[in-house]
Amino acid sequence: MSQNFAFLDEHSKKEIRRQTLKAIAIPGYQVPFASRELPIARGWGTGGLQLTLSLVGQEDIVKVIDQGSDESVNAVNIRNLIQSTTGVEDTIHTSEATIIQSRHRIPEVPLKPFQILVLQVPTPEPLRSVEPSERKTKILHGDKEYSGAYIKLFEQIMRHGHITDDADYPVLVNGRYVMAPSPIPRFDNPKMNHNDGLILLGAGREKKIHAVPPYTDVASLAFEDYPFEVEDFSDKVCRESGLSGVYMDELVDEETGETYYMTNDTSYMLEKMNEEEDLHANHR
Amino acid sequence: MGYVAVKGGANAINNSVLMYKNRRLVDGEDIEVEKIKTNMRPLINQVMSEASFYDRDTAAFAIKQAEGNMEEAVFLMRAHRSTLPRLYYSTITDTREMFVERRVSASFKDIPGGQILGASPDFTHRLLDDALKEVADGPSQEIDYKEIPFNYDLNKLPKVIDYLEKEGLFIREPENNDEPDDITKKTIEFPSTRSQRLQGLTRGQTGAVTSLGYAEIRGYGIASHPNIGECRVGQQPVCVDFEDGYGEYFIGDYEMTEIDGFMPDLDEDQDEDMHIKIGYGLVFGQNETKAIAMSVLDYSLEHPKNGVATSDDEFVLYHIDSVESTGFISHLKLPHYVTFQSKLDRMRQGRESK
Repeated sequence: MSQNFAFLDEHSKKEIRRQTLKAIAIPGYQVPFASRELPIARGWGTGGLQLTLSLVGQEDIVKVIDQGSDESVNAVNIRNLIQSTTGVEDTIHTSEATIIQSRHRIPEVPLKPFQILVLQVPTPEPLRSVEPSERKTKILHGDKEYSGAYIKLFEQIMRHGHITDDADYPVLVNGRYVMAPSPIPRFDNPKMNHNDGLILLGAGREKKIHAVPPYTDVASLAFEDYPFEVEDFSDKVCRESGLSGVYMDELVDEETGETYYMTNDTSYMLEKMNEEEDLHANHR
Repeated sequence: MGYVAVKGGANAINNSVLMYKNRRLVDGEDIEVEKIKTNMRPLINQVMSEASFYDRDTAAFAIKQAEGNMEEAVFLMRAHRSTLPRLYYSTITDTREMFVERRVSASFKDIPGGQILGASPDFTHRLLDDALKEVADGPSQEIDYKEIPFNYDLNKLPKVIDYLEKEGLFIREPENNDEPDDITKKTIEFPSTRSQRLQGLTRGQTGAVTSLGYAEIRGYGIASHPNIGECRVGQQPVCVDFEDGYGEYFIGDYEMTEIDGFMPDLDEDQDEDMHIKIGYGLVFGQNETKAIAMSVLDYSLEHPKNGVATSDDEFVLYHIDSVESTGFISHLKLPHYVTFQSKLDRMRQGRESK
């Protein structure tokens, strides 16, 4: 069956863009939108995909990653859909893309001004684990009543001696709204603070869009005596590239049974390895 | 540029898609969409209802592509629906104008206009019929299919509720002529409106609507069972008005199931006389179980009882949509190793500090 450019009809795209503008105007606030069904399942990135499809134009260059990889099943699937409905160019290089759609990671290469990072969001409500009702969490946000979010962290410290929230660690945006940053590792939370690019977050099933505009204050929730901590890879070195100070995947060598680590952002790793190789080649 | 990305993922996905698409042809013969359309009417009815997309041809086509998998067929229909501009709404349609094909009341032995059984599996014995192992030449010659179904006067089928209203046992609610909301164009915000609830329920997954309706009447809500005042199945004429000065245009008949469920009055004061209250169900196609369950949930959401999940609009409406629930449950199969690494980090942190 024949389809419109970027799958959605133009009325739908316009509605999504309008709600996106509202989200940018109120950083961290979850703006409801109608959320269309897509040929990709709810919960498989339809929020991010609707943002990308509503924004993409013929001149755009798109990068899609999942779990830090351009080749992960979800990334391949989504990229295929974007390309088959738009024909736009794609890249694996973060710095070349105008729109980067990602699930669970913010790339290691910092965003540049005018780049858009679209994050796929399963659960946009950071207070959902303390309050199941949507109408009540809406009131809590309206009243800036975030004691529940802090008490949850406090209880974790009481029980385990440290905060146990792992990925999707809540942040306070622009000093106003507590926001779920999508299930990115804590390692990526600081990248949201005063970012040069525009970060859009889309939750298709929950029908919400939220945003972190460029140069916005984003602070991970913490206490003075229990500061925010990122995942610790300080003593780990990437077996493939020798990189350190990046988010790592933990793998097991099937032959030796040994645990080893590899850079999670695969395109960044390739870029670094190629730079290294060029450097060596020039020296010879 | 010595190092390049590994393309293994894309190839593996491509092969998986090929295996999936060709599996049915490897195992057997292809089937015409037309055969699905005539042989699998109840499945088509369920798919159209859950997809909120009334088109028998597209539904049959989706069922073929989904190999009869309900959630996949609904998903295909919904995704296709997203590509279609929605330009018009129908004008108000009155179910009293339905071309009734089946109409029964459980509340009276006989009703004005008569009980009309129509075609229904209700009275069959559920014994596997060996005759169906063979392909039949045509319908059984025991009845006349032109005469039997229409031996009643369509103009003389008053609603059962009219009789109770005359006697003062049912008090008609004031009409609400607010423009209905459309949850596919503007997402539900809570507290929900009745039009949002009815739309959410009629698009709900058949199994989910049935289960929640069952929980409501079995013990967690009204805990008593309603009486079906009237169950109607028939062709409902639908019109649109293009506002071109020529009035309404008839665009077609939609098969629908309508339920007036007579409910116990929960809001009544002790001194007041007892009245019948109505829970309403209306769904695409002949989907009687779903329509009845919808009428139960319409009532429980209209008259919420404190602490009852099936009268909490958020609990019911957020969880009965097929595409949403199956999508989120199935996404758990996707890779989650980045977040799992983060969790491992937290767990190890706990062990080290002890």
